[in-house]
Amino acid sequence: MHLPVQLTWLIPALPAVAAAVIAAVPARRPGLGAGLALAALAGSLILALLALAGALADPAARLIHTFTWFDLGHGAIRLGWLLDPLGTLLAVMVATVGLLIFTFSLGYLRDDPRAKQFFCFLSLFAGAMLGLLLANSLLLLFLCWELVGLASYLLIGFWFQRPAAARAARKAFITTRIGDLGLLLGLVWLQDATGTLLLFDGGRGVLETEALGALAGASTVGGLAVSTAIGLLLFCGAAGKSGQVPLHVWLPDAMEGPTPVSALIHAAPMVAAGVFLVARVYPLLAADLALASVPVHALTVVATVGAITALFGAAVAVAQDDIKRVLAFSTVSQLGYMMLAAGTGAWTAAIFHLLTHACFQALLFLSAGSVIHATHHEQDIRRLGGLRRRLPVTCATFTIGMMALAGVPFLFSGFWSKEAILHAAHGWSVSALPFHVALAAVALTAFYMTRLLAEVFAGAPRGHGAETAHESPAVMTIPLVLLAAASIGLGFLGTPWWPWLQSTLDPAFQPEPGGAGLMAVSIALVAAGILAGWSRYGRLPRTSPEAADPLARIVPRLHRALAARLGCDELYAATFGRLCTALAAATTALDRSVWDGCIRLLAQLGAYTGLVSRETDEDVLNSGFNAAGDGLRAGGRAYSRTQTGDAHGYVWMLAAGFVLVTLAVLLGGVR
Amino acid sequence: MSPLQACLLFSSALFSLGLIAVLVRSNAILVLLGVELMLNAANLNFIAFWRYGPAPAEGHGVVFVVFALAVAAAEAAVGLALVIALHRHQRNVRLGEARRLRG
Amino acid sequence: MNSWPLLSLLVLAPWSGAVLLGLRPGLGDRASRWLGLAFSLSTAALGAVLLTDFDPTRIGLQFVERHAWIRSLKVHYHLGLDGLSLVLVLLTAAVAPAAQLAGWGRAGPTRVPNLLLLFLQGAALGVFVAQDFVLWFTCWELSLVPAYFLIRLWGGPGATRAAYQFVVYTIGGSAFLLAGFAALFAVTGTFDFAQLAQLGRDGALAAQLGPWGVRVVFAGVLLGLAVKVPLWPFHTWLPPAYAAAPTGTVMLLTGVLSKMGMYGFLRLLWPLFPAQLQAAAPALLALAVAGIVLGAWAALRQEDLRRMLAYSSINHLGYCLAALFAVAAAAGGERPAAEAATAALAGLVLQLFNHGVTAAALFLCAGILEARAGGRSGLGDFGGLRATAPAFAAFAGVAFFASLGLPGLSGFVGEFLVFRGLFGLHPAAAVLALPGLLATAQFLLTAWRRVFHGPVQGAAADFAPLTAAEKTALALLTGLMVLPGVAPGLLTSLTNPLVTAWAGHLTR
Repeated sequence: MHLPVQLTWLIPALPAVAAAVIAAVPARRPGLGAGLALAALAGSLILALLALAGALADPAARLIHTFTWFDLGHGAIRLGWLLDPLGTLLAVMVATVGLLIFTFSLGYLRDDPRAKQFFCFLSLFAGAMLGLLLANSLLLLFLCWELVGLASYLLIGFWFQRPAAARAARKAFITTRIGDLGLLLGLVWLQDATGTLLLFDGGRGVLETEALGALAGASTVGGLAVSTAIGLLLFCGAAGKSGQVPLHVWLPDAMEGPTPVSALIHAAPMVAAGVFLVARVYPLLAADLALASVPVHALTVVATVGAITALFGAAVAVAQDDIKRVLAFSTVSQLGYMMLAAGTGAWTAAIFHLLTHACFQALLFLSAGSVIHATHHEQDIRRLGGLRRRLPVTCATFTIGMMALAGVPFLFSGFWSKEAILHAAHGWSVSALPFHVALAAVALTAFYMTRLLAEVFAGAPRGHGAETAHESPAVMTIPLVLLAAASIGLGFLGTPWWPWLQSTLDPAFQPEPGGAGLMAVSIALVAAGILAGWSRYGRLPRTSPEAADPLARIVPRLHRALAARLGCDELYAATFGRLCTALAAATTALDRSVWDGCIRLLAQLGAYTGLVSRETDEDVLNSGFNAAGDGLRAGGRAYSRTQTGDAHGYVWMLAAGFVLVTLAVLLGGVR
Repeated sequence: MSPLQACLLFSSALFSLGLIAVLVRSNAILVLLGVELMLNAANLNFIAFWRYGPAPAEGHGVVFVVFALAVAAAEAAVGLALVIALHRHQRNVRLGEARRLRG
Repeated sequence: MNSWPLLSLLVLAPWSGAVLLGLRPGLGDRASRWLGLAFSLSTAALGAVLLTDFDPTRIGLQFVERHAWIRSLKVHYHLGLDGLSLVLVLLTAAVAPAAQLAGWGRAGPTRVPNLLLLFLQGAALGVFVAQDFVLWFTCWELSLVPAYFLIRLWGGPGATRAAYQFVVYTIGGSAFLLAGFAALFAVTGTFDFAQLAQLGRDGALAAQLGPWGVRVVFAGVLLGLAVKVPLWPFHTWLPPAYAAAPTGTVMLLTGVLSKMGMYGFLRLLWPLFPAQLQAAAPALLALAVAGIVLGAWAALRQEDLRRMLAYSSINHLGYCLAALFAVAAAAGGERPAAEAATAALAGLVLQLFNHGVTAAALFLCAGILEARAGGRSGLGDFGGLRATAPAFAAFAGVAFFASLGLPGLSGFVGEFLVFRGLFGLHPAAAVLALPGLLATAQFLLTAWRRVFHGPVQGAAADFAPLTAAEKTALALLTGLMVLPGVAPGLLTSLTNPLVTAWAGHLTR
C-alpha cells in the first residue's frame, strides 16, 4: 500500500492541525495536548512510511502533485508535493526521531506547567519540517522553512523569562534570517529567470535539464553563471539554518531551550534542513561544473565552507565546559562534514551522514538531557563526574552515541557515514586541503568526545547534583535505547560493500573502488584521538570543579581562545552589532536634524515671510499716512507759534499783510 | 490840488494816525481810539468819493457812512466791554500783558 | 440589488451614524458605543453585498453612479468601484469596527470620538469610490478634520503639536494637489478621473499643459500624495502623530488613511502622468528603497512602542511605493517585464490590505498595553508579559510575526510578490531593500523580547485580562492576518484581472 501523492499534504497537516488544536484546548488538560501531539506525529510517521514505500518501489520515478495557490497575471503561483527517496526517507527520519523526542519530553517536562505550549510548538515544528521535506516547490519549501524558524524561535525561547533564553531565541531567528534573505533573493531570482519555483514539473521545473541549461548558460555580475549565483544565494539560507561558519553563532546559544528542543534542533530535524536544501537543489549547484571559464563553482564554496566549519566546530568543542555546548559545537562540526560531502559531489554521503548523525546526535542530546534531568539541571561537566554507576542506562547509551560520533570503526554508524565523506573529499579534484582539514577534525572529534565522556561519567561525583543523581524514568530511557540501537544499525545501510542508501537516493550512484588505505588512516586518527583524550582526562579524572583543564595547562592561550569560541560573538557584536546601532542612530539623527530640520526651516521661512509682510505693511504702506499725519501735526505746531496771543503782533501782521497785498496789486498790475 | 485829493490826503493822514495809535500804544482804550480814527478815515473817503464822484445827487455815500457809524458804535460798545473784561482779569488794560490766547 | 445606489449608501451610512450621534448630545456612553459600532459595521455589510455582486473578471468600474452636480464646472457626482477600490473598502470594513472597539475600554467621553471616527470612516470610503476629482478631494480633505480633532482632543502627550503638524503638513501637501488639478481643469475642462486618465494615456495632457506645465503639475500632485503615504523623506509628521493619536484613531490612520495616499498614486498620478512618472521613477524608487531601509533602522532605535510601529509603517509602505515606481520605470522598457510587473502590482495591492490589517492590530496591541500601563508605551516599561498575559501575547505575536513577513501570515505573500517584481524590474533595488527585511525582524523581535520576554517587571506585573471588546477586535484582525496568508487567492482574485491589465498597458 502506497500513499497517493495527492494526499501528501496530510503528512505535515496532521502535526500542524494538532498544534492548532493544542493551542485551543484549555491549559488544564496538559495530558491531552501531549497525547494529541504524539498521536498526530505517529499518524504522520505511518503516512511517511507509506510514502517511503511508494518512493522506494521505483526510486527513479518522482511522484509529484502540483496545485495552484493563487492566480497571478495570466499564470499562477503553483505549489506542489514531491515524493522521492530523499524527501520521504528524511521525513521518516524526522517523524521517527521526533516521536522519540516527544516521548522523552513527556518525562522531561512532566512538572512544567507550560507543557501544553511545549507540545504545541513541537507539533508546529514537526509539521513545518515535514512540509519542508516533501515540498515540490521552493516557495512551499521556503514557507515551511520560515515556519521551522518560527518554531525553533519559540522553542529556544520556551523559558522566555530567562533573559539568556530570550536573547538566544532572538539571536537564532535573526542569524538564520540573514541566511534566509539570501535564500529569498535566490528564490526571487530563480522565479524571474525561469518563471517557476516548482522543482519538478514534467520538464519545466527548475531542477530539470531545460532550466538548468539556461541558468548555467547565462552569466551575471563578475562572470558568474546565473546558476552559480542563485545556488550560492540558496546556500546562504542553508548555511544559516545549518549553522555553517560564519552564521553558526546562534547554534550554541540555542542550548538555552529545554534539552529535548536541543535534540530536536541540533540533532536531526532543524539543522538538517540546510543540508537537505543543498541536497535538494544539488543539480542546480552542480549545473556550473561543466563550465570551465567561471571564476568559482558553487560547490567549491560549499565544500570550503563545510571544511572550515568542520574544523572550527571540532576545535572549539575541545574547550567547552557545558555538556550541551560541547554537543552543540560537535553538531556544528558534523554539519560541516555534511556540507563538505555535498560540496565535493557526494550529496548522498551527506544525506547518509545526516541520517546517522540524526540518530546519534539525538541520542547524545537526550542522554545529556537525562543526565541534566537526573542531576537537577547541572550542565557544567566540571561539577558532574562519576555518573556511570548512578545512571547505568544513560551511561551506556551516551557511550554508544559518543563512539558513533567519534567514528569508532565497524560497529557504529558514524564510522561508515564519515568514511563515505572522507572518501568523497579524498577524491575531490579541486583541492586536497578540505580532505586534510576533515582528517584533523576526525582526530579532534574523537578527542573531545572522549573528554566529555570521561568528565561526565568517570571518576567521582564533584557536585551536589551528581551525588544525588537517579536514573531517569522509563519514558525517557526507552527512547534512548531505541536511538542507541539505531545509532548502531543505521550504519549498515551505506557501507562500501552494500551502498543501498546511496544508490537508492541517487540511481546514478557508482561506488568508487579503493579506500581501504584511507580507512586505515582514519581508524588510526580516531584511535589517536581517543587515546589522547583518555590519557589526559580518563586516566586521572578531575578531582574538583576548580581544577584547571589539562589542556589549559599545556597550551593556556589556545585553550582560552577556544573556550571563548574564537571570539566570533564578540567580533559580530563589534562589527555587525555596532554597525546596526550606528546606522539606526544615524537614521534617527537624519530624521531629527535633517528632515525635521527641513520642516522647521520651512516653518521658519513661513514665519519670516509673515514678518516681512508685516514690516512691509507697517513701513511702506502705512508710513505714507503716518508721514502725512506727522507733517500736518508739525505744520500745525509751527503755525501755532504765530498765535502769540499778542494783539499788537497780530495787528502788525495784519499791517504787513496789507502792505504786501497792496504792493502785489500795485506791482503785479492786477486790475 | 482838487478838493478830492485834499480830502484823500487828509483821510490818509487820519488813517495813518489811527494805525500808529493801534500799533504802538499799549493802552487798550487808546488802541480802540486808534481804530475809531481809522474807521472814520474810511468814512471820510466814502463821503469824499460820493461828493466828488459821478453821481453826487443820490445819497449813497451818506447811507454807507450812517451804516458804518452805527456799526462802529456797536463795535465800540463791544470793544469797551472787552477792555472792561480785560481790566477785570489783569487789573490793567495793557495789551502787551494780555497774551493768554497764545497758541 | 443593482438598482440600489450601493456606493452612496456605503459612504453615507457612517456619516448618517455620525449625524445621529451629533444630534443626540445627551446620549450615554453605552448607547454611543453600540451605535458607533453598528454604523461602522455598515461598511462590512455593504462590502459583503458588493463582494457578492462584484464581477472580478471585468476590469472597468462597477456599481457606477453618475449625476451632474455642479454644471458650470462640469463636476459630477461620480462613484464607481473596481478591484482596487473593493480591496480597500473591505480593508476599511475590517479596520473601522476594530477601531471603534478599541475605544470601548477607555475612560472619558465616547459620543464625540465615535462620531468623529464614523465621519473619518465615511470620508475614507468616499476617497476610495469617488471617480471625480472634486468629490474625491472633498472627501480627502474631510478626512483630516476628524483626525485633527481626535488627535488634538484625546491624544497623548504632545498631541497638540502633533495634531497641528499633521494637519498643516498634509494640508500643505493637498494644496499642491489642488493647485495641480486646478491647472488640469483649466486646460482639459474635466475633473473626471477616467477622462483625465484617457488624456494622460494619449499624451494629450502633456501636450496641452506644455513641457514645463506638465512637470509642475506632476510635481504638485506627487508632493500632495507623497506626504500622505508618506514617501521618505516626507514622513516626519507621521511618528509624532501616530505616537500621540488615541488608539482607534491611529488604527484608522495607519490602516486606512495611509492607503488613501497609495490609492491616489495608483488612481491619479500613474494614469494621468505615465511618462512623467516614468522619468521620475528611478529617483523615486531610490527614495522608496531609502524609506524601506532607513525606516526600519530608525525603528530599531526607538524606545517607544508606538514610534517604533510608526517607523515600521514607513518601512512597510515603502514596499508598495517601491513596487509602483519600479513598474512605472519599466514601462515600455527593453525587458519584457509583464510577469514581474504583474507580480509587483499584485504584491502592492496585497501589501496595502495586509499592512492595513497588521498595522491596525499592532497599534491596537500598543493601545491595550498603554491602557493598562497608565499611558506608557515605552519598551522598557514592560517585561515578561507573556507570562502574565498569555492570550494577549498570542494575539500580539501573530501581529508581530505577520508584520515581520512570516510565511503563513498575510505579510509574506505581499512582500514576496513585491520582491519578485522588484527583482525582475530592478534587481539592484531589490538587493538594496533586503537589509530592510532584516532590520524589520531585528526591531520587532527586540521589541518583542523586551516587552513579552524576560522576567516580569513594570506594568506587566498586574496586567488586567483582555476585555470582550478587545478580544473581539483582536480576533477579527488576527483572522484577517491568517486567512490571506494561507489563501491569498481570496484577495488576489479580486484584483488579478485589473493588475494584469495594468501590467499589460506597460508592455503594449
